[in-house]
Amino acid sequence: MSGNTPQSIFEKLWNSHHILTDEGESLMYVDVALAQENTLHAFTALEKSGREVLRPQQIYAFTDHYVPTTGRAKGVDGIPDTGIRNMVIDLQAMARKYGVTLFGMDHEHQGIMHIVPPEQGIIQPGLMVIGNDSHTSTHGAFGSLAYGVGASEFAHVMATQGLWQRKPKSMRITIDGTLGFGVSAKDVILALIAHIGVDGAQGYAMEYAGSTIAALSMEGRMTICNMSIEAGGRVGLIAPDDKTYAYVEGRPYAPKGKAWQQALDGWHALASDAGATFDKQVKLDAAQITPTATWGVNPAQALPVTGVVPDPAGVKDAQLRSEYETALEYMALKPGTALQDIKLDRVFIGSCTNGRIEDLRAAADVAKRGNAVVPTWVVPGSMSVKRQAEKEGLDQVFIKAGFEWRDPGCSMCTAINGDHLQPGERCASTSNRNFRNRQGPGGRTHLVSPAMAAAAALKGRLTDVRELLK
Amino acid sequence: MQPFTTLSAIAVPMHEANIDTNQLCPTRFNKVPRGPKYREILFYDSRFRPDGTPTEFMLNAAPYDQAGIIVADRNFGCGSSRETAVYALYEFGIRCVIAPSFGDIFAANCAKNGLLALTLPEAECAAIRRQLQDQPGAKVSVDLAAQTVTDVAGNVHQFEIHDVRKRCLLEGLDDIARTQQYAERIAGFEQKYKQARPWLDAAARTG
Ligand code: SF4
Repeated sequence: MSGNTPQSIFEKLWNSHHILTDEGESLMYVDVALAQENTLHAFTALEKSGREVLRPQQIYAFTDHYVPTTGRAKGVDGIPDTGIRNMVIDLQAMARKYGVTLFGMDHEHQGIMHIVPPEQGIIQPGLMVIGNDSHTSTHGAFGSLAYGVGASEFAHVMATQGLWQRKPKSMRITIDGTLGFGVSAKDVILALIAHIGVDGAQGYAMEYAGSTIAALSMEGRMTICNMSIEAGGRVGLIAPDDKTYAYVEGRPYAPKGKAWQQALDGWHALASDAGATFDKQVKLDAAQITPTATWGVNPAQALPVTGVVPDPAGVKDAQLRSEYETALEYMALKPGTALQDIKLDRVFIGSCTNGRIEDLRAAADVAKRGNAVVPTWVVPGSMSVKRQAEKEGLDQVFIKAGFEWRDPGCSMCTAINGDHLQPGERCASTSNRNFRNRQGPGGRTHLVSPAMAAAAALKGRLTDVRELLK
Repeated sequence: MQPFTTLSAIAVPMHEANIDTNQLCPTRFNKVPRGPKYREILFYDSRFRPDGTPTEFMLNAAPYDQAGIIVADRNFGCGSSRETAVYALYEFGIRCVIAPSFGDIFAANCAKNGLLALTLPEAECAAIRRQLQDQPGAKVSVDLAAQTVTDVAGNVHQFEIHDVRKRCLLEGLDDIARTQQYAERIAGFEQKYKQARPWLDAAARTG
């Protein structure tokens, strides 16, 4: 490629990790790989084949999906369910056996695999990161090329440090303007997915740009990149800037001293060049985005919270109409119902989408205005987030408002650790998927921002947070 | 990995779009070690009531309990990266899914497990599903080498597949072995890559 051709950040990252092409597939060099308990399937496959982990110092393992979020005093042995306990024990054993860095259940920085690596400085601009979880796209917020992969691909990376990929097409999403009062990064990404659809970015690497993105904190940017996969995009990217560098600097795994200067020089060149071309461009006006909630069973089935449940009868496209009908049936909702009249049984604040300190601050700012009228959980994304929140007194705000303050993990985002909804229960959740049964068999999920979730807790129904903040 | 060459099997039509991996393998089963148990896990929450009794879901009864092919709609296998979704399909006996589009990670996971995730245009998928609806239990044939699907009416549909994916499926090739042929090139790349980025190693072990 000529040195003069303007390149997007995606192309730069792609080229800098490209080892070779074979039969039209590219072998990519992986800097960092992130494992969780389910990655046991990959470790077992590796073990069976008698292979070794090539670069254990580049593999990190996290206990997050299966760990309990209360009653941790007895550690791993205190996990009541044998199946769940064994997942944690077995992953920890595999991590030790293969010498990979382990953030185990008792680690002082234990937490979600997409929250801990950025906060430890493991994620830096310019890296290729893979994770055995589809929300690995989170790390694109630092200008790293981050892919979610399955167990076989993860085992492949452990054995070779390479990943076979076909180059995706490129897509730039430009969001300009100032976000309105009460509107957060979560609302932006929900609005975008509603706009382009759950497969709108399938086959594309997404780059988010524009003044709205530039104005977001790193936490907000992570929330956006996190949900790229919900639009079908395996990769979401934001060019690093001073905010990115300031976030990374001084963290445990970040380069220091002379190395820091060298790193900065390298990272400055990553941003998309002026004139870089994209296969697809989407524009969004920040001023049009309002506090948003999902009403259906995929993240694209979302509307401003001031809206009403759509009527399938009014939908021309037969396919879409039947999708709406199935969604409403599962969600037990009637067309025309105001979203704000939807009553809730539970509220969940947490996950790798919205379990960071800034998210908890936003939720606490609302929580201090009242009392929860439905069971509401706050599950910090990591021990570091938890400690920071306690230092700021947020835990006390939550507890005073009747919210439950728990230990870090994925918890009710994926409902695999024993935390889950009862059949038929309806939950406002800051997580990323409102799929059927996602939060427990028969559970019904409405995706919202942390502030909106806290508002929902105080009112017991979906609520426009702006009314509470007035 | 079992090679995939040709397949003639009972095909089950699934009309719904966006069938996610959560439905294929509900989260709580992710901890089950790979094996025959996954036959029951496939679509578990659709196939079984909370008390464990089977529902009317079509995979529970003849002829579809013998299905080897699913003909689906858009965005099949979207969502979570769980490879257990593929284990479940495989153990049930499904060797091929035909759909207009797939979740990216799911499609990659299929290829690594000898399952053919095959793309045909939306209208052709819909046409085949209609045929199957009219003749439940009818067979559809797939020839990977020729890249063709023969539907119930005998129409032949040509499909595209990437060369490597095709070869690996045909030969039942293990990906890691393929990559390890390039071990030296990877090592050479890594050395240059890290030399140009001295901060990476400086950073690595201070955590
Ligand atoms: S919080 Fe949810 S989406 Fe994030 S890593 Fe955990 S299970 Fe996956």
